[in-house]
Amino acid sequence: MVFIVSDSVVSPLGFNTPRNFAALLRGQSGVRQHLRAAWSETPFQASVLDDQALEERYLAGGFGAGARTRFEKMLLLSVADSLSQTSVRADDPDTVFILSTTKGNIALLENGDPSNPDLLLNSPARKVAAFFKNPNTPLVVSHACVSGLAALLLGRRLLENGRFRHAVVMGADEVTRFVWSGFQSFQALSDEPCRPFDSRRKGLNLGEAAAAAVLSLEPQRAGQRAPVRILAGALSNDANHISGPSRTGAELSEAVNRALAQSGVRAADIGFISAHGTATPYNDEMEARAFDLSGLNDVPLNSLKGYFGHTLGAAGLLESVLSAQSLRENTVLPTLGFETPGVSRPVTVCTQPLRQVMEYCLKTASGFGGCNGALVLGKSYT
Amino acid sequence: MNYITSWCRIRQNAVTANGQTVFEDRASGLPDFLTNTYRYLQIDYPKFYKMDRLCQLGFLAAEVMLRGRTLKEEYPPESVAVVLANRHSSLDTDVRYQESMSGIPSPALFVYTLPNIVIGEICIRHQIKGENTFFVQEQFDIPFLNDYTGQLLEQGAALAVIGGWVDVFQDQYEAFLYLAGQKQTPGSVIHNRQNVSALYGIVDAGS
Repeated sequence: MVFIVSDSVVSPLGFNTPRNFAALLRGQSGVRQHLRAAWSETPFQASVLDDQALEERYLAGGFGAGARTRFEKMLLLSVADSLSQTSVRADDPDTVFILSTTKGNIALLENGDPSNPDLLLNSPARKVAAFFKNPNTPLVVSHACVSGLAALLLGRRLLENGRFRHAVVMGADEVTRFVWSGFQSFQALSDEPCRPFDSRRKGLNLGEAAAAAVLSLEPQRAGQRAPVRILAGALSNDANHISGPSRTGAELSEAVNRALAQSGVRAADIGFISAHGTATPYNDEMEARAFDLSGLNDVPLNSLKGYFGHTLGAAGLLESVLSAQSLRENTVLPTLGFETPGVSRPVTVCTQPLRQVMEYCLKTASGFGGCNGALVLGKSYT
Repeated sequence: MNYITSWCRIRQNAVTANGQTVFEDRASGLPDFLTNTYRYLQIDYPKFYKMDRLCQLGFLAAEVMLRGRTLKEEYPPESVAVVLANRHSSLDTDVRYQESMSGIPSPALFVYTLPNIVIGEICIRHQIKGENTFFVQEQFDIPFLNDYTGQLLEQGAALAVIGGWVDVFQDQYEAFLYLAGQKQTPGSVIHNRQNVSALYGIVDAGS
């Protein structure tokens, strides 16, 4: 059995998991209007880490004098916070580091040198692992918006097959001109705070964050916050279109069904679904169809994109970490930005903090390349 | 026990499949080599021309590897996994996209700034709907890839796996794909580290 024994979220809403969770319960959002003259004359909505706050935290963290990018600083902060809560040691040969990201240090490409070795995604992974004196080659998963889920599932499998006893799963992505211009070119960005599953939704907000989760076969490695089990997970592909989701949702549903079957948890016992919920018209519709196909219409569902924006390679991990916290707190987080149902299948979008005793939750994600992922998390009583 | 029934390697302007040279074009640069390979194979798939080089390379390797067989008739679509890795992620196209940002950025180019799109293209072409994951590695880590794909097969997460390495950056490129699954065919070899290494063209230290 594989457990999340500690975790962390570094976002505009706070520098650890409990602070982020409390901010969400208060209805706070990191999404603001930004105007960057070099990018566009038009302002845009995004959840962006304050440079000064990040720098202060970083300088206070004792990370040494080495030159590090903003992306690497975000990762270091989240991993250090997560490791501080567990007796799992980063320098243990039985510990492996796993990085989830889509674009890593892509901001360095602004300076125009494509041969900069830090542009390779392994570079930040290696730097972080080296700082924590980990002796193993870090693994890097780059699988669009499913990366975070895929990295957790990879961690679970590597522990399950005995290759390692612990894994430090870390994920991050930045809001860069590169990514902003690309989503803008797709006309996928909303000019107002996003509205997941709402009838007036018109696109996503970008966000930046880092998240980390230490996985272990040993639940007693957890600190004050209870360990949470990763019961099962599955990935699938639509085999339909590289930039548009499945029309039917059948493939996400398939991943959900496989994850549920493997976990042995019945749909009726799922306390809530943490959906991908980007607030683009097509994504949310596809997800609603998938949940309908899997018979999950009555399960409370949320999307956290209204609080953090879409944090890309961090999203699956960040939302899994907050879902684990929801289980510990017996509280389903509401979906900020949702008012009026706007999908063709009935789903139970959570609009107020919902306090209920629950054992399990389902986390899903979907992304470019037609990929889907589903993870089942459960409480632990050891 | 699982078996590798097909494999394909594309490097140094030559395409080999199952140990046989399929096509060579020593004179061309990468873009022309890819187009010439496509033409040689006489495939009718206009989407090929919209793909970036990474996807064209992976698409062609899968095409050659699966020539003469229809995967969806052998395995249910949701039971086939695709697990690929490379060194440069999508950096070759990232650079191109970054340059395009001074004008009007194109969504058709931006979508290729993710390495897993090559998996998506292969899945669309061959109607594969199972597990998929893209890893970025400093160099092709055969023991890791072999063990991970082996675990997917042994645990029943997949009945067949397309594994391999598809990397492009500027004029450097290399593709190596293999299909492993429960089915044994004439000429197939056991799916293990030694055989993957041997097919890729290096002798594993442990063999």
